[in-house]
Amino acid sequence: MNPETLSGDTVIDAVSAVFMVAGALMSLAAAVGLLRFPDLMTRMHAATKPQVLGLFLLLFALGLQMRSWWVWPVLVVAWIFQLLTVPVSAHMVGRAGYRTKHLHPELLSTDELEAVVQQAAGKRGFSDDDGDEASAGR
Amino acid sequence: MSRKRISLRQELPLLVWLVIVWGALWRDFSPGNLLFGALIAVLVARMFYLPPVELGGRFNVLRAVPFALMFLAKVVAASFQVLYLAVAKGPRVISAVVAVPLRSHSDLLVTATGHITALIPGSLVVEVDRSTSTLYIHGINVRSAEDAAQLRKDVRDTEAGLIRILGTKAELSALNQEVAA
Repeated sequence: MNPETLSGDTVIDAVSAVFMVAGALMSLAAAVGLLRFPDLMTRMHAATKPQVLGLFLLLFALGLQMRSWWVWPVLVVAWIFQLLTVPVSAHMVGRAGYRTKHLHPELLSTDELEAVVQQAAGKRGFSDDDGDEASAGR
Repeated sequence: MSRKRISLRQELPLLVWLVIVWGALWRDFSPGNLLFGALIAVLVARMFYLPPVELGGRFNVLRAVPFALMFLAKVVAASFQVLYLAVAKGPRVISAVVAVPLRSHSDLLVTATGHITALIPGSLVVEVDRSTSTLYIHGINVRSAEDAAQLRKDVRDTEAGLIRILGTKAELSALNQEVAA
């Protein structure tokens, strides 16, 4: 490559190319994790983390390629909403999965929640009422 | 309205956020559009009333910027960790569910800690006990009691960082005493 072609555009193109490939790689990581991990909880790890970064990288590359300032606020808002919603959905799925025993106890080194859940179930029976959290899950 | 009215100062962060979303979606940050957005934001906040978020009344920008950068770095690290675990360990990965008692009883801080915990390496919130403000966290690749203790420490450090940014004065002084002790 001769020095004349190394203009600002080339640099922007190169950076966004790297970011897009890395973002796609993160989506691939999520897919590999979904296939390879043994139970629901570990799969939720795969479903939440790499795709947040993957979306960030893809949005960043998109922002670089659009070359106009007004696209950045939209992209930032999109990513922030992703940050806000992903943990909530992961929490709700994980919580439901734990309660319905979609996990392999032999793959847990410790489980400090089990005793609490058992105790709550024994003490209160059907009137499962531990505040706002429980009512959201029913 | 029978419910307690909240002050404009308490509502201001929500309104500012709504105006920013409005401007971003219209891709137009001209004063006229923002003014109209502010009008709609006030209207929406009045009509669809939500319980107010109880802010601590302080926000430390100097602490927030490094915290945000650390958070971004941790998100990157988390993704590569999951990639590594998925490829290298796969079905044989060992996890744990760990109870982490938090210092703060503020809903905002517990929620923020839970959110950040879910996005940084190796942890996912499974259950929240609001009465004792305890997070039950599923940690991936937690094989021993030491790993569990490390995870507990990490989450409590995240909470400490958040208290330094937006906790109440009482929480901050309690934290400082704990660190000094």
